[in-house]
Amino acid sequence: MKKTLKLSKTSKGNFATYGMVILAYAILQFLGSNAVREGGLLSPTLRGQLVPICAYVVMALSLNLTVGILGELSLGHAGFMSVGAFSGTIAAIALQNTIPAGGPRLLIAMVIGAAFATVAGILIGIPVLRLNGDYLAIVTLAFGEIIKSLITNLYVGKDANGLHFSFITNNMRLGEGGQMLLNGPMGINGINKISTFTAGFVLILIALFVIFNLVNSRSGRAIMALRDNRIAAESVGIPVTKYKMMAFVTSAALAGSAGALFALGQNSLISTKFDFNTSILVLVFVVLGGLGRMWGSIIAAAALTILPEALRQFSDYRMLVYAIVLILVMLATNNPTLKGFFAKLFRKPEEVETGKGGEGK
Amino acid sequence: MSERVKREPTKLVPVPSTNIIPERDVDKTPILECRHLGIDFGGLTAVNDFNMAIGRTEIAGLIGPNGAGKTTVFNLLTKVYQPTRGTILLGGVDTHSMSTVQVNKAGIARTFQNIRLFANLSVEDNVKLGLHNHIGYGMWTGIFRLPSYWREERIAHERAMELLSIFDMEGLADVKAGSLPYGAQRRLEIVRALATNPSLLLLDEPAAGMNPSETAELMDNIVKIRDTFQIAVLLIEHDMSLVMGICEGICVLNFGQIIAKGTPDEIKNNPEVIKAYLGSRKEG
Repeated sequence: MKKTLKLSKTSKGNFATYGMVILAYAILQFLGSNAVREGGLLSPTLRGQLVPICAYVVMALSLNLTVGILGELSLGHAGFMSVGAFSGTIAAIALQNTIPAGGPRLLIAMVIGAAFATVAGILIGIPVLRLNGDYLAIVTLAFGEIIKSLITNLYVGKDANGLHFSFITNNMRLGEGGQMLLNGPMGINGINKISTFTAGFVLILIALFVIFNLVNSRSGRAIMALRDNRIAAESVGIPVTKYKMMAFVTSAALAGSAGALFALGQNSLISTKFDFNTSILVLVFVVLGGLGRMWGSIIAAAALTILPEALRQFSDYRMLVYAIVLILVMLATNNPTLKGFFAKLFRKPEEVETGKGGEGK
Repeated sequence: MSERVKREPTKLVPVPSTNIIPERDVDKTPILECRHLGIDFGGLTAVNDFNMAIGRTEIAGLIGPNGAGKTTVFNLLTKVYQPTRGTILLGGVDTHSMSTVQVNKAGIARTFQNIRLFANLSVEDNVKLGLHNHIGYGMWTGIFRLPSYWREERIAHERAMELLSIFDMEGLADVKAGSLPYGAQRRLEIVRALATNPSLLLLDEPAAGMNPSETAELMDNIVKIRDTFQIAVLLIEHDMSLVMGICEGICVLNFGQIIAKGTPDEIKNNPEVIKAYLGSRKEG
């Protein structure tokens, strides 16, 4: 009884977010079901967008952990998505004969994607997390570009002897029945689409579970303490690098699994897909949804992934309209009058705060 | 000075390294002993040849004009800066090569002159962050909400409330720390520092911005904290009613050099201190 009483304030907001995701899933599943499909309630374009939306939602959630909760600006988040996407897809293709069923193979691909992204997160985190502010942003930006170039020059093949790797030039001689998995700049082609909307939905729930429970624990408090005041955090005995690393690597791991989910919903995959623009796009989701506000990230990621498709009627002016919509939404969400109005309307504690979670450094 | 804060003067006795500590603590190793401590920033010597000892249960004061190096001494003790020369002994242990985090674990906690709270977190979370190293579960226990999570969080909650009750702040537990009034923020900083279970508490201008009655209350609370927790307190303060009222040993710093050490009465009547800091019109 005491537990529920004590945690009620934050728990309420968290449960509302879980509820929102579950409700959205139920509605979309219903609209997408065969009975309704005839009526054309869910357009084929939108149905094709469901898996990418889930992937971008998880990307936004995970980046919000770094930017909103830890308070460090990362401009290379797409790099972790890329690592997860390629390692996960290669694993999925390599295991095609061993595990024919799509579901378990997707699960393994996502776990492998998360594992590789974790390793990348640790490797980049060790030198980078000693830096602060602008320096960290610039180094993460460089990291994203490095990952892109590395994968562009990587060749992976498979034959009876196992996996073969080569770098920059393709000089591998594959045996009988050999198959190129990753073909340098050509990327991966002919991916067997095994990602499903349900898998994406489950991944969003997992991401929410990990982030919410991490934030409302001893470790999460320490991470937020670093955001609010690093010097004070050190003075009460909180090791800075350890907790920065924890948030950064958790964020990378979630981005890796989102990458695997995304990639296995595509026909083909090239490394330039995960460039600086993608990192910025995810950062836009986070900033628009509100730093530290997970439900905001979900809505922003979903809405802004659908928006370019919804704006097809504007044809040539599509990106112009997209940019104008972004500016208008930013202005609207930062308008004190509107904010006060919405705060009154929903009476949610998080909304009364002005979403300036990351500014207290 | 108000009536309620008049206290018996403490007798100070010398220890081997020309330092003085209260008589009652003399058979124990001083909690803090600085020997020839100094730091240079480029060509500027901020603190030089700083020698000081603090007894186990002493309330000591560090006073001096602005820019004398008082806060620099705190930053040296907590290893925000590494000393250029000299030794800091904490309970007889050399803190050389320790980091800020390790010094805190070894027993020094501090507050800041310009308040440094975790402004976006609740008052209770601020105190729980002070308890961070006394809560025993890790990341995965937190994520999966294992039984020890609930147990440890309940203990932390109770302990936090107990500490907040020192300043009657239990009712503010759910308030965002950044939205507290100024005086309450200063008190919360002290509670957070106490939560780390220190043996030496450093207070950097605890009474800054407080009115005389709040200051008098703070003085009682500092003494109460020392008596309950049996710890030493070193404070920097410009409010002479507080310093002269509760400090047992006082150290006066000017241009990075100690110009006088002694009991409040000795300091009050020291001509050099009057010239450098107190001014000719006597206070207190």
